[in-house]
Amino acid sequence: MGGRLAAPATVGTALVLGLAAAAPWLTFVFTIALAKGLAVLGILLLLRAGQVSFGHALYLAVGAYTVAFARPLAGDVLVLLPLATAVATLVGVVVGLFVARYRDIFFGMLNLAFSMVVYSLLEKLYAVTRGTDGIRVDRPTIAGVALERVPYEWTMLGLMLALAIGLGFVARLFLASPLGQALPAIKARETRLEFAGISARRVLLVAYVASAALAGLGGGVIALTTLHVTPLIAYWTHSGELVFIAILGGGGAVLGPFLGAVAFELVRVYAAAAFPDAWQMILGAVLLGIILFASRGLWGLYEGLMARLGRRA
Amino acid sequence: MTLLLLLAVLDGLAHAALVFMVAVGLTLVFGVLRVLNVAHGSFFAIGAYVAATLGTAAAATAAAPLFALPALLVAAMLVGGLLGPVVERLLLSRIYVKDHVLQLLVTFALFMILEDVQKLIWGVQPIFQDAAVKALGPVEVGDIVYTRYQLFLLPAVAAATLLCLMWFLRRTLTGRVIVAVTHDREAATAMGIDAARVYLLTFSFGTMLAALGGALAAPTTSLVPGIGVNMIVLSFAVVATAGLGQIEGAALTALLIGLGRSIAVYFAPEFEVVIPYLIMVAVLLVRPHGLFGSPELRRV
Amino acid sequence: MSGPLLSARGLSIAFGGVRAADGIDLDVAAGEFLAIIGPNGAGKTTFINMATGYLRPQTGTISFAGETITGLAPRAIVRRGIARSFQIPQLFTEHTVLENVALKVAARRGFWHGFRPLLDAATTRAALAVLDQFGLGDAAFARATELNEGTRKLTDIAMAVALEPRVLLMDEPTSGVASAEKFAIMDTLVAALRARGVTAVFVEHDMEVVERYADRVAVWSQGRILASGPPAAVLSDPAVLREVIGVEARHVGGGGDARA
Repeated sequence: MGGRLAAPATVGTALVLGLAAAAPWLTFVFTIALAKGLAVLGILLLLRAGQVSFGHALYLAVGAYTVAFARPLAGDVLVLLPLATAVATLVGVVVGLFVARYRDIFFGMLNLAFSMVVYSLLEKLYAVTRGTDGIRVDRPTIAGVALERVPYEWTMLGLMLALAIGLGFVARLFLASPLGQALPAIKARETRLEFAGISARRVLLVAYVASAALAGLGGGVIALTTLHVTPLIAYWTHSGELVFIAILGGGGAVLGPFLGAVAFELVRVYAAAAFPDAWQMILGAVLLGIILFASRGLWGLYEGLMARLGRRA
Repeated sequence: MTLLLLLAVLDGLAHAALVFMVAVGLTLVFGVLRVLNVAHGSFFAIGAYVAATLGTAAAATAAAPLFALPALLVAAMLVGGLLGPVVERLLLSRIYVKDHVLQLLVTFALFMILEDVQKLIWGVQPIFQDAAVKALGPVEVGDIVYTRYQLFLLPAVAAATLLCLMWFLRRTLTGRVIVAVTHDREAATAMGIDAARVYLLTFSFGTMLAALGGALAAPTTSLVPGIGVNMIVLSFAVVATAGLGQIEGAALTALLIGLGRSIAVYFAPEFEVVIPYLIMVAVLLVRPHGLFGSPELRRV
Repeated sequence: MSGPLLSARGLSIAFGGVRAADGIDLDVAAGEFLAIIGPNGAGKTTFINMATGYLRPQTGTISFAGETITGLAPRAIVRRGIARSFQIPQLFTEHTVLENVALKVAARRGFWHGFRPLLDAATTRAALAVLDQFGLGDAAFARATELNEGTRKLTDIAMAVALEPRVLLMDEPTSGVASAEKFAIMDTLVAALRARGVTAVFVEHDMEVVERYADRVAVWSQGRILASGPPAAVLSDPAVLREVIGVEARHVGGGGDARA
């Protein structure tokens, strides 16, 4: 896992910026996609341990609603995003302490349960959360500078690209560290860690809190891009989408989540425009195709392609 | 106050019956195939839609009231008998060897597909077909006027399903084979049991149960896109709380959750959706494998 | 420090109706090589499971270096200096031999940071040192799944040694290994352990291995210790022969009939 990610990352960034320049409404789509990609990066960490969370939309919601609640008090992105991350991390610790004791289906279901509890509270406590109407977020300043819509969206895209690359790099370091390398042991047989003197639960907890932080940050960015948060961000199907994107992108490299997220959002946007009552079906078929025929995801396809090109050279 | 409570209990029982029908199929399929079928809720919804369609067709005939109830059963068997084997053979059988995560996602993909299929076939406008409820007529419970359908039929079908399942799994050869595969797949196949047949049978049967649940639910509510979505997530909660593969446990938990939710609807509506999950979290705190579940023996 | 390094008193545990341990009293002195023999089902692995915290005895105590360790979690016991290897090697299947050992080295020395790579300079050096002692240097970059049984066994033991234990419990270190290789592996193993001053307790079915490498033998039968002492004495004891060697005779290579 060397610098072989540098080239695709650079190309990807260039593509994103280029496409957005050509079709400016794509800045919005790409920013959202990359924000989700952060959350999916967290899912990837858990997938390494063989655990699927069906409730990570919870942390997207925590991040988004933290921004929404805090916006009247703090008007700058550089304050709101760290705040969103911090709150999501805290929630991640509290929930993680409970959830990290469980495995497989129960781990997945418990995460689902927590996210659904939060979803319904967001929906029903109208006085606080404005229920399904949602909360409007005023455009904040970025590093003290107030921007009009277009420059604001461009700056957010740039910020999100930087976050994606930076945090992807950090994730790669983590996965190469003893902690990251221990994750697959949770999937295979935890006692192997225990007999090394390592608490499998603590390893999973660290990965879980990291994933919560990533998703919280992503949720914050989503709130600051859509400028409107609703309870749907916490619904379980949204969590399912995150896992979908993880598989679509492929778990082989930290670029996979972002690749998958961008592909997913593009397909969704175009399919929803073309077939409003069938876009879900199209996405479902895509997912089936990936699982049945390309189970290492888009990144796996890319790697395969590179390998074949390399052999021919 | 007591009137409201009585209504809450009656509604809770009726709803618990429906949830049980769906959850028991889910837990059965999981117990045998080790796959948590996210699309199970879609089978519920499709069963409901088909039942409504058949009901409307039957309503056009002369002997309408007679056909109202059997139409439900026919709908269920149609859906279960056709959709079940097709999905199992075409899709699931390809993924049994794959990672658990991928299996789960295949069913999630199927769920996404089937949700739109419903929209494409039946449209997005609400469909209402209550001939079956009307056919059975009203009944008085204390000061409340309730429906015979919800008071008698739903719990009766649920109870009958539970008893038949218990009998089938304990007393018939096929049933015992299914239980054997649930407990120890490798040992069972080593004894010559055809696992593929068992999977096909179990999955089709589970699908039929979900569809029957949907068919039974159809006359009581208006059908819109998304009825499967809420039902599946509720069923997850029931299955996880009861313990995987626990049939009787699912009945008890469905009752618990159905009643809890119903009482919440009448007395604390903000918490209606939350109740099932709070119950689930509370149970798993104390019994990490569900009320009746047991840890799976990992072989060395 | 005087007194035994590892000590068990009155250990008992039953599963269903089977008494897997029925009042085990055992002392292991520092630096000694103790072999545990006995027929299958006699409770040998159960003893190791109790000593490493995987099972909690129903009665009795275990102490290590003067401290009572009964009922502690495996994690805690490992941290105190007892490591084990397994009948079926428990390797980290996704990793290479070097990474497997490195994980244990890191567990010993510093695991809870997220950013220095597993195979940094210090850890790699330490892991390679262990591998060299076991003659596994050439296999360092092979994946765990590609190895033959003997190498897997040896790697499993090397991993336990990488935890720098004072006592190493080994469950059938040479089972599944071709007879021709057994002595080679045991020579390497014993040399490495003696060099590190590690006390060893090993369950073994091969009497030749026991004769050659054990300082002392303890004989297990139906959850109890039947006899214990130097190999020559124990292995010619008629009671032991009757209870145990009769079963074990087929494991003995040449010279078996002299003792049958």
